[in-house]
Amino acid sequence: MQPIRIHKGLVYPLNRANIDTDQIIPKQFLKRIERQGFGQFLFYHWRFKDDGSLREDFNLNDPKFKGASILVAGENFGCGSSREHAPWALQDYGFNIVIAPSFADIFKNNCVKNGILSVQLTDEQVQEIVNRAEQDSYQLTVNLEEQRIYDNQGFEASFDISPYSKEMLLNGWDDIAITLNIEDKIREFETAQH
Amino acid sequence: MQKPKNIIEKIWEKHVVHREDGKPDLLYIDLHLVHEVTSPQAFEGLRMNSRKVRRPDLTFATMDHNVPTRERHIIKDLISKTQMDTLKQNCSDFGITLADIDHPENGIVHVIGPELGLTQPGKTIVCGDSHTSTHGAFGALAFGIGTSEVEHVLATQTLWQARPKTLNVKVNGQLGKGVAAKDLILAIIGKYGVRFGTGFVIEFTGEAIRGLSMEERMTVCNMSIEAGARAGLITPDETTIEYLRGRRFVPQGEEFEKAADSWRALASDQGASYDAVIEIEAEEIAPQVTWGTNPGMCLPVTSFVPNPESAAKESEKDEIRRALEYMGLEAGQPISSIEIDHVFIGSCTNSRISDLRNAAEVIQGRKVHPGVRALVVPGSASVKAEAEKEGLDVIFKEAGFEWRDAGCSMCLAMNDDFVPPGGRCASTSNRNFEGRQGNGARTHLVSPEMAAAAAIEGRFTDVRQFSQAVLNS
Repeated sequence: MQPIRIHKGLVYPLNRANIDTDQIIPKQFLKRIERQGFGQFLFYHWRFKDDGSLREDFNLNDPKFKGASILVAGENFGCGSSREHAPWALQDYGFNIVIAPSFADIFKNNCVKNGILSVQLTDEQVQEIVNRAEQDSYQLTVNLEEQRIYDNQGFEASFDISPYSKEMLLNGWDDIAITLNIEDKIREFETAQH
Repeated sequence: MQKPKNIIEKIWEKHVVHREDGKPDLLYIDLHLVHEVTSPQAFEGLRMNSRKVRRPDLTFATMDHNVPTRERHIIKDLISKTQMDTLKQNCSDFGITLADIDHPENGIVHVIGPELGLTQPGKTIVCGDSHTSTHGAFGALAFGIGTSEVEHVLATQTLWQARPKTLNVKVNGQLGKGVAAKDLILAIIGKYGVRFGTGFVIEFTGEAIRGLSMEERMTVCNMSIEAGARAGLITPDETTIEYLRGRRFVPQGEEFEKAADSWRALASDQGASYDAVIEIEAEEIAPQVTWGTNPGMCLPVTSFVPNPESAAKESEKDEIRRALEYMGLEAGQPISSIEIDHVFIGSCTNSRISDLRNAAEVIQGRKVHPGVRALVVPGSASVKAEAEKEGLDVIFKEAGFEWRDAGCSMCLAMNDDFVPPGGRCASTSNRNFEGRQGNGARTHLVSPEMAAAAAIEGRFTDVRQFSQAVLNS
């Protein structure tokens, strides 16, 4: 997993609430047995018409958002199905940071496991970012160490993150290895139960 | 004296393997359920790191999402077939019990867990599926996880979990006749929205909850996730104990009585508190129909499709407008004027024997409306066998329903069962998201009774009056 410390990138605004993981990656693409290659199917039915051509009225297809690595969306982002294919698709497409007023619990956990930082800001802050990103090519910098997000036009906000998630993301750690380091505790627990 | 604990805190505390400041708790997992869609990458991760499954004996697998519900062995979709073959191979390589496609215990993971008695009060239960909350009906702490977490549980039998906040949803009184458990949970989500449960585990309490059968409790807990709560649970009582008695994986004889005593002791202590409390009056609940593209967009069958202009916030107006456009509905139109062309009775929410009995009772002696395609997909091979023993299959088939084999089927349309673009379905499943039942498909979530009545009428109708009319005819 790639560590995240300071990330600067182009912002893509998707100003909708309750975006569920069925929209992020529709079920027909969940049949693959690999972790890679899901980016091409991200927001599939919003990006493509039934004949496979691009929907011009969906803003991710606007060339000005090409190369965006920060997604900003409405509240309750990632609700619904637990499919980790959703963060896999976001990351494979190029998004390393997701900003929203709130996230679904399972989605948020899945992000940490894949080195994606979910940043929770207030409604007003999110709206501010959405407005700026909808107008022109808009860059934000996220400093995870300092838990701070800012642009070069005076916008700045701080955000909360659990110390554990922060540590995992900063180091790009695999938590199975961490857990297996305290395997004796698991064994003790199992012995005490039986 | 110790601070009184609620049932959620009790189960949590009993499972903490390791606790350290600034970290989530490391929680022991008693039962890990596995299916074909969210597990292949987890097993692959184990292989890449030369890790094994720590407790194959606490792991149980089935295939349900992809399986065909007719001509079971002809899997036309080669990618689906690969995924199912991969699970078979993984279970064989890592020593995990699998209820394979032709196994008499095969079925939807959240139907067979309880059926086999794998699901038990006080257990921590996980599965790479958000509807794992279903098992909370037994007083278990059960929640959905992602594939990386599946891998973590396979390798360590534990999970790092932040301690959740607790929410008591208290349902007073009794549900009216013709009002189902599905209506209860839809009405709660309709009133409080799709995110009031985020960050919480819900305990459902109150007279109306006590009055529910185990299968009805499963329907309620199943949809906790649609309120944003990863888990919802109900304190075990005599209903729970009698349901479990004699099932394959529960202790037998005297051991069972001992287990039952420990289950009774899980109940929240006198004076236990919660981080939040919500109270609902069961009598006020009518049969529900969703009109939009998330389960919170839900109203009584007797009401009207909402007008975006009546919403307070601009963002809400947009959300309603977009939903009405996708659903092809007009603001102000009566819910009962919505005509449907598909009916799906099935899914981990409503595919158990009592669901099928309730639907069969509504349709008995009647015919599916011309132009409506109606499917019944039992939740498991056992449910199917029981229904056939009771002759329910005949009632369904004579009415014009298709009678299928077990699986997730049209709930998420990963197999061949889907609603075509623009099609409109009365569905007993749990999600009315865009494209859920097929690209461009329009889903209305309802109870099995309401779905059955819609199948006959070709549009939504208040099953309370419908059943009355049937009785009088």
